[in-house]
Amino acid sequence: MSKLTLKDLYFKFRDPKAMKALASLIEKEALKLKEPLRVMEICGGHTHTIMKYGLKQILPKNITFIHGPGCPVCVMPKERIDHAIILAKQKDVILATLGDMIRVPGSNGSLAKARAEGADVRALHSAFDVLKIAQENPNKKVVFFAIGFETTTPMTAALMERAFKEGIRNIYYHINHVLVPPPMRAIMDSGEAKINAFIGPSHVSVIIGAKSYEFLTKDYNTPVVVAGFEPVDVMESILMLIRQKNEGRCEVEIQYKRATTWEGNLVAQEMIKKYMEVRDTFRWRGLGDIPKSALKLKEEYSEFDAEKIWKDILPNDPIDDHKLCICGEILKGLKTPLDCKVFGKACTPQNPLGSCMVSDEGACNAYYRYAR
Amino acid sequence: MCLAIPSKILKIKENNIAEVDTLGVKREVSLDLMPEPVKEGDYVLIHVGYAMGKIDEKEALESIEVYKMLAEAAANEEYEIDPEKLVNEDGPLLYKPPREENE
Ligand code: SF4
Repeated sequence: MSKLTLKDLYFKFRDPKAMKALASLIEKEALKLKEPLRVMEICGGHTHTIMKYGLKQILPKNITFIHGPGCPVCVMPKERIDHAIILAKQKDVILATLGDMIRVPGSNGSLAKARAEGADVRALHSAFDVLKIAQENPNKKVVFFAIGFETTTPMTAALMERAFKEGIRNIYYHINHVLVPPPMRAIMDSGEAKINAFIGPSHVSVIIGAKSYEFLTKDYNTPVVVAGFEPVDVMESILMLIRQKNEGRCEVEIQYKRATTWEGNLVAQEMIKKYMEVRDTFRWRGLGDIPKSALKLKEEYSEFDAEKIWKDILPNDPIDDHKLCICGEILKGLKTPLDCKVFGKACTPQNPLGSCMVSDEGACNAYYRYAR
Repeated sequence: MCLAIPSKILKIKENNIAEVDTLGVKREVSLDLMPEPVKEGDYVLIHVGYAMGKIDEKEALESIEVYKMLAEAAANEEYEIDPEKLVNEDGPLLYKPPREENE
């Protein structure tokens, strides 16, 4: 075998010839399927890949993708977005957050709007940058508005670890980290989306390990294949799922073997456990309250918990989405963006009505870019 | 948000920081979350400033080999693609049973 190059890691997994070959294998195997495959790709990164490379079009008709709620920005309820905006407007506060959050609409504008009105809002590329901001602004309170699934959660924990080690005590954390398995269970419990297979997330699984999806095979008799993010990865995973169905198996398999293990990243898991614990319940946009589906800071770090420090000014009442926005139904796997009346008209990435249009991982954004 | 990008470690510096290359873009990342030791030349996944996992070269090369064999088989239209024929010294390539842990 030759040596691996960095380019291989990108382009060999996007090779159109390999995709075509896999498509023809899938076509043959899919003929033997006893019932259509309704596969949910839980992760928005996969939705993006499926749309970008037109996988829906090259797969047989009896395979349907149901887009899942795996887009951290999309599942944040408006009241929590409002928290970020309220905090950003406090005197002597710098609000730091990752990427897309800046443009997500809350009940009255976005962080971008707050920034235009004078609030100090910083968009980060690396969670690490928060340390620098805090050091350069010792008289300010830096609030890190932390979002993301298990992929991003360990970075928040590692950031806390560094901050404490270096004696930086002017960083406060507003934790919105959500977990992937609980909404999968909620979606299966409701039964509405009629899903009979899952494509498991790539990088969430690198952290939590493929073992985390075993409940889907045991409790719901639904197979899972943990897939890489590239189009060839997704195609191979579909083939693996069909093979399972045709052979009467129901297992958690790993297609993304180059990065995922059964146990996951134990260092990261420990780091999370050190600083965070599971919330009793968390309200998801679209999916509603799901027990034990998100994290919060542990009690012993209360003095750095922005939710506690500013609790008097952070309301928690549910705020409805724009009445034309059907993101909720999309996140449950019941509708697609094309069912939305304002898709691509009153709602565009430049002027989003709902957060599913903002993030790269949002289904509406992916459809807008690749399926209009 | 959950996108982690493959990068190559160029240099390991002080404070558990590594300099990595992502298709020509150089940056510094923290190794604080790495579950295993890494060295120059290793491939890792980078996510918002941190290396979060190592890429297993052997597994990556194996996948690439399967895809290459598949593509060749498909290009030759007389040849029916038979997944069982895609084998190497370790056994079948396309449908391998899940990897034993700590192998
Ligand atoms: S297109 Fe816009 S308004 Fe419609 S569901 Fe998507 S985000 Fe909501």
